Amino acid sequence: MRKDQREMILDRIRAYEFAAAELNLYLDSHPGDKRAINDFNTFVKQIEALKKEYERLYGPLLNFGFGPNADQNRWQWIDDPWPWESY
Amino acid sequence: MWIYEKKLQYPVKIKRPNPKMAAAILSQYGGPDGELAASLRYLSQRHHMPIPEAKGMLNDIGTEELAHFEMVGAMVHQLMKGASIEEIKAAGAESWYTDHDRATWPGTGTGVPFTAAYIMSKGDPIADLTEDLAAEQKARATYEHLIDLADDPDVIDPLRWLREREVVHFQRFGEILNKLYEWKDSKKYY
Repeated sequence: MRKDQREMILDRIRAYEFAAAELNLYLDSHPGDKRAINDFNTFVKQIEALKKEYERLYGPLLNFGFGPNADQNRWQWIDDPWPWESY
Repeated sequence: MWIYEKKLQYPVKIKRPNPKMAAAILSQYGGPDGELAASLRYLSQRHHMPIPEAKGMLNDIGTEELAHFEMVGAMVHQLMKGASIEEIKAAGAESWYTDHDRATWPGTGTGVPFTAAYIMSKGDPIADLTEDLAAEQKARATYEHLIDLADDPDVIDPLRWLREREVVHFQRFGEILNKLYEWKDSKKYY
């Protein structure tokens, strides 16, 4: 099955977010690990850049004002597909 | 508060309906060792944790479990969507169809509704973290049972991923339990 551009950006966001989530949990029990904090902050930057790109093309990734509605004329948040429908 | 992120934590793309597998997997949605129970357990217990590491860990793993609840829901939905009446009858899922059509519902595939009796929030940090360690192992075992039952790679792949998360959470909760013992000892001597 060929992946579209949207899915490809989402996969990259997922990969960085997974790394950040893993480091987040690790840091909860190792709050003094400087190297892990540095890695965490590196991933945060990557995620921010990718999210910005995604939201410019496809609308908000997060609700309640945590991502912009790029289209001036139409509310993009309700656009299909929703995550449970991605097939 | 919580913000919704419009994506799954790990992709679920199941092409073939399978009501029998849906009924088995539903247990991880609203069953005794399921993701809903896990999330509610940790998010309730976090309030009375005495050290920052424990508050953070229960808050964050409780949040991740909600993302897993969503993934399991997507799996069940995709396994039921498009199933024919013949497939539903062949799978023995008539009672599911009678009460829910093909809908996702927080309970087990045998019709047992979700209950808070699955979880405990004792108010004793060491007792609660010890429960959490057991909960992660029980969820891991459940995912292994589901992997044994599954034959579709589209189903096995996310199940394997979810199983792996239980192993990581067990590790992290173990670190927190050790810190709670240290905290308890430090109180004793000062």
